[in-house]
Amino acid sequence: MQLTELRIAGFGGQGVIMCASVIGRAASIVENGYATMTQNFGPEARGGACSAQLVLSPTPVLYPYVNKADLMVLMSQEAYVKFAQDIKPGGTLIVEQDLVRVQGLDIPDVKVFAIPATRIAEELGKKMVLNVVMTGFFGAISQLISRESLRKAVLDSVPAAFAELNGKAYDAGYEYGLKHMQSGALDLGEEDPVTITE
Amino acid sequence: MSTPICIQKAPENPVESFLRTDRMPHIWCPGCGIGTTVNCFTRALIDSKTDLNKLSIVSGIGCTGRVAGYVNLDSFHTTHGRAIPFATGLKLASPEMTVVVYSGDGDLFAIGGNHLIHAARRNVDLKVICVNNLTYAMTGGQTGPATPLDVITATAPYGTYDPAFNLPYLVEAAGAVYVARWTTFHVKQLAKSMQEMFKKKGFCFIEVVSPCPTLYQRRNKMGDALDTMKFYKEVSKVKHGAPTNEVGLSKSGEIIVGKFVDRERPDFETMMKAHLEASLGEKYIPAEAPTCS
Amino acid sequence: MTHADPVGVLTGAHFLDGDHAACEGAICAGARFSAGYPITPSTEVVERFSHRAPKIGATFIQMEDELAASIAILGAVWGGVKAFTVTSGPGFSLMMEHIGYAVMTETPCVFIDVQRGGPSTGLPTLPAQADMMQVKWGSHGDYEIIALCPNSPQECFDLTIKAFNLSEKYRVPVFVMMDEVVGHMTEKVVIPRAEEIEIEPRHFTTQDKSSFQLYAPVGEEQTPEMAKAGDGYKVHVTGLTHDERGYPNMTPAVQERMVKRLVTKIRDNAEKICITEQNEVEGADVVVVSYGITSRVAQRAVEMARAKGLKVGTVRLITAWPFPDHVIRAIAPKVKGFVVAELNLGQMVREVERSVAGKCRVAHVGHAGGTVHKPEEILKAIEEVAR
Repeated sequence: MQLTELRIAGFGGQGVIMCASVIGRAASIVENGYATMTQNFGPEARGGACSAQLVLSPTPVLYPYVNKADLMVLMSQEAYVKFAQDIKPGGTLIVEQDLVRVQGLDIPDVKVFAIPATRIAEELGKKMVLNVVMTGFFGAISQLISRESLRKAVLDSVPAAFAELNGKAYDAGYEYGLKHMQSGALDLGEEDPVTITE
Repeated sequence: MSTPICIQKAPENPVESFLRTDRMPHIWCPGCGIGTTVNCFTRALIDSKTDLNKLSIVSGIGCTGRVAGYVNLDSFHTTHGRAIPFATGLKLASPEMTVVVYSGDGDLFAIGGNHLIHAARRNVDLKVICVNNLTYAMTGGQTGPATPLDVITATAPYGTYDPAFNLPYLVEAAGAVYVARWTTFHVKQLAKSMQEMFKKKGFCFIEVVSPCPTLYQRRNKMGDALDTMKFYKEVSKVKHGAPTNEVGLSKSGEIIVGKFVDRERPDFETMMKAHLEASLGEKYIPAEAPTCS
Repeated sequence: MTHADPVGVLTGAHFLDGDHAACEGAICAGARFSAGYPITPSTEVVERFSHRAPKIGATFIQMEDELAASIAILGAVWGGVKAFTVTSGPGFSLMMEHIGYAVMTETPCVFIDVQRGGPSTGLPTLPAQADMMQVKWGSHGDYEIIALCPNSPQECFDLTIKAFNLSEKYRVPVFVMMDEVVGHMTEKVVIPRAEEIEIEPRHFTTQDKSSFQLYAPVGEEQTPEMAKAGDGYKVHVTGLTHDERGYPNMTPAVQERMVKRLVTKIRDNAEKICITEQNEVEGADVVVVSYGITSRVAQRAVEMARAKGLKVGTVRLITAWPFPDHVIRAIAPKVKGFVVAELNLGQMVREVERSVAGKCRVAHVGHAGGTVHKPEEILKAIEEVAR
């Protein structure tokens, strides 16, 4: 893995920080690389917007912040508006399909992938695990961390009683990602590339 | 025939063993009431048969703050106003100790006022003895939080016009379980109250109205120490259980003394242990004997 | 030295932020008491301690303010436990009173300051390294303390243990000078097994009760042994100038003897206490001095400079106080200059200048806080000094 800068953002209650923390844990503890996570604090971190930055690297991380991200996971429209412009050219954008409308993104060669993570989580019986669905999806799309390492980090981060549910959520997200990868990234050339349901 | 010379040693003062005699003479002025309160304190220790190895005394800054330096106990002379939070830490770290806070009105109620009300609110098991000489004596007799109205002080040369705290009322409202007041005239009663307080668990408070002949009485033409004793005798009125809102002090009015409050309320440590045990069950490991490995 | 009490040691690899890691460090070091008052960005330390305390035989109390928190821990220390408190700028200002009291009474204890931007309320959620002079000079009078600067969550853990050990060894307050970035940054933190963690126990005296002197120095540490309340030593502890017995003795002679020892016990042992991390200093034209989070950002700048062919070394101050004069003094005549990078408008740079004593250039790269440096800013200074 080369130095990779990530931003994960959404709104409070979506499990944004846990999602970032699981990825960091997988990269640094399970796979023995290096990961540094920072998060936005202050009144703006209560309720409303929520954002985490994550730097993954094969060598110790020096600079802790992310200015331009190689990969972003955005789970709310507000997060999209605030951060999407800071994706590197050629970078990857992952969005919550039902909550983010991807439009007006004028960065060259950005690959966009979308997943209805909230809906999938609801189908599994608990909306709360949408972040774990998203983590699985991220794992499949990014291929930065092995499927098993990331899964272990998920299970290490949740209470034993919820292991089964979270394992299922992770697998669902990962499978959705594999399928999506085969069909390719969304083409941003279209006017309204992402199917908006509801 | 010559008579053998017999040198008789003066009988030892019964309180002597409680004092750091190598630190005498003390700094207090002639006629000061603080020494009288220390005398009562040692009497109370003797009569209550307190284990002196298990009693600590904590003082703040000021004339009364020097008490910690003269008693032969584990003694802590802390910073101005902070005797109570220091004592809180000491008590929680070594629950087997009886912790006495011995300080003045300025130290406890002005700069240390916030700590005092919070310790009373928590009902930390501390025995607070407040020598109230109605002024900041160590620094030369300035207005304090307990200085009555219309009194001349070094910083109120035309008389005070800001109202004083009624100490027992404040402390009761904040949550103390034992509140009493005496003057330095009432030595027997004071020693007895101190004994009662040693036995009581929770935040206890005794106010001792005490003369500062050098700065307070002199400036206000209230005579010398002996005149002050006569004054105390004259104007004091024993009224156990008096409502504390009625016991405020004035320059020359009556001084209500007695035991005002003696009630039951679980102390901080008891509440903490019971609550954590209920919440955590077997996972709870109470802090017991201090370890320092 | 002894080893950590296994109770409370969470051996293993964790993904923790610096605040949480510092709390685990304190627990491993044997801290069984903390008093605190919430203040961003340090609150997580006591939040974690309040959660952990009842399960490890420890006590946490939330006090009414930082004045109270900073002296409650001193009361607890004299009650026989190891204790610490945690704060940030505004709270640290209130604690100055008890830094002086802890120094004067030689009470071993640890303060953790997670630095944020100031003065006053300043930037509650954003970083600075601007309490570096306050920690050394903020309480009145002459004194010496020890201050450590972690640059990662792992070091927040390691150096908090170190801080407790040094505080017991020298009977002095020791400060863990974190910054908001390190405090809130999450990384892998490895907690060793208890028997692998070295702990300096409190040096309780075994001397005779009638002749023991609480302030009589012992050994080359010039540090007296301890006694605690309840042991029968009838100690007297005062913030007044005192003699070896602890009795107030306010004369110039005793002041000279006692206060001088408070200072020399640290200054004379500075070379033993100081820890620096030096990298490629030999043969360097420019040496970058930094500490805390800034050391990591500076490292990126150093790598950029080296890629341009410049000969750059680094000195990281793990111990900021006592300042490692000897390290800077030895390097100064051999280099073109130092670049000092820190998140303030010029604090530790004064110490570098003092140690350099005109032997080479000293350039400062600082700003008023709120974020870390841009590596390019440090690179520019390196290039200028190398010219």
